[in-house]
Amino acid sequence: MESQFQFDWQAAINAIPFLLEGIPYTLMISFGGLLIGFVLGIFFGLLSINKLWFLKWPATAYIEIFRGTPILVQVLFIFYGLPDLIGTSINPFTAGIAAIALNSGAYISEVVRGGVQSIDKGQNEAGLSLGLSRTQTFWSIIWPQAFRRMVPPLGNQAIVSIKDTSLFSVIGVGELVRQGQIYIATTFQAFEVYFMVALMYLAITFSLSLILRFVERRGLVSV
Amino acid sequence: MTDIVKMKGMNKYFGNLHVLKDIDLTVSQGEVVVIIGASGSGKSTLIRCVNGLEEFESGHLEVDGHPLAPKSGNPKALAEIRKEVGMVFQQFNLFPHLTVKKNIMLAPKKVKDAPETVANATAERLLNRVGIGDQADKYPSHLSGGQQQRVAIARALAMEPRLMLFDEPTSALDPEMIGEVLDVMRELAKEGMTMMVVTHEMGFAREVADRVIYIHEGQIVEQGKPDDVFDNPQNERTQAFLSRVLAH
Repeated sequence: MESQFQFDWQAAINAIPFLLEGIPYTLMISFGGLLIGFVLGIFFGLLSINKLWFLKWPATAYIEIFRGTPILVQVLFIFYGLPDLIGTSINPFTAGIAAIALNSGAYISEVVRGGVQSIDKGQNEAGLSLGLSRTQTFWSIIWPQAFRRMVPPLGNQAIVSIKDTSLFSVIGVGELVRQGQIYIATTFQAFEVYFMVALMYLAITFSLSLILRFVERRGLVSV
Repeated sequence: MTDIVKMKGMNKYFGNLHVLKDIDLTVSQGEVVVIIGASGSGKSTLIRCVNGLEEFESGHLEVDGHPLAPKSGNPKALAEIRKEVGMVFQQFNLFPHLTVKKNIMLAPKKVKDAPETVANATAERLLNRVGIGDQADKYPSHLSGGQQQRVAIARALAMEPRLMLFDEPTSALDPEMIGEVLDVMRELAKEGMTMMVVTHEMGFAREVADRVIYIHEGQIVEQGKPDDVFDNPQNERTQAFLSRVLAH
């Protein structure tokens, strides 16, 4: 059977305003989740380098659990499962932010660990030999250098997390994909609408890539 | 004269490896002690024990009146010692994310709460003293190895140390840059700084040292005035070592 398909530009353009309504949710869940994920990542990443087993072990468990299970399962668990435990329902938006936060936090922990461990131990020795405490040495010498090395993998994680939010259409968050699905339910023009959805993700992630490239070029002058 | 460093019966192990064996050593104020020996003999480990970068397993170590317990059991003393003891490393270990001047200002500001203006003035004075006052606002990676090591010396001096440790300060340098670093060290020695220097620069040792110590397999095998050790070594290990390093 020969395809009679013709791309309907008008339909694609008509879908834009409705799809755009999903973008604030996509962005808020992504960046809200990533912000919390960054805090979790610093916290658990630093714990995971610690020599004390009772600090290291919980951090390692957290990282393994949230890296080792699909984010789709995580968000379903938070949205449908957790309410049974805590006795109150969780709105989809909050569940989405929580899933991005916990999931990206696990990956960012590994980024933090790798960044910190990549700094030459001579830097630590130089700080200590000058009389700085371990804490001062870490925050004024090790961390600033480690953070610069963390920028590219953090950017990578941000792009992954932005795309991960598309899965949250399953719990009914009105993000980009969900908006697309609703629109298609009335127009049946899946090709045009998903094409526009894909284009909008690309616009977000590509802008982020450009910003990151700029930051890297400026931030990595001396290291 | 007061003794700044007192080691008595100090032992240090890396796992099963006995790296320092019953070390007895005192360093008086103003003295320049140069430690020589083959690589792996324990000479770097010895001076790294003085500011607690290495722990030791048994014996006594006292630095400027602060006793350090084995297994770094005395963190307060360690903190005091590190404020009073400067160290210069083989690989410079400058902070690459800070300008030369900020490298020098960091410790006075963080450890001594020095005001910005005071730390700044100190940094400029020290940079001039080591001959690179015009490089203050550059990053370390833009400096030559010799210049970087001079910055590292200035950085340690900014804490006004009572003792300076040098761990093979010229070993990572291109030959033409060794002289400029040794010149700075020579000046320091002349001004009366107490120094413990691990080096392979035998000419420097002979000229600047008050005492030369030869370490072999973790033990002090021979020590004395440079002329005695170099021209008339008593121990056959020392003789063998010197004939190897002085041959070329």
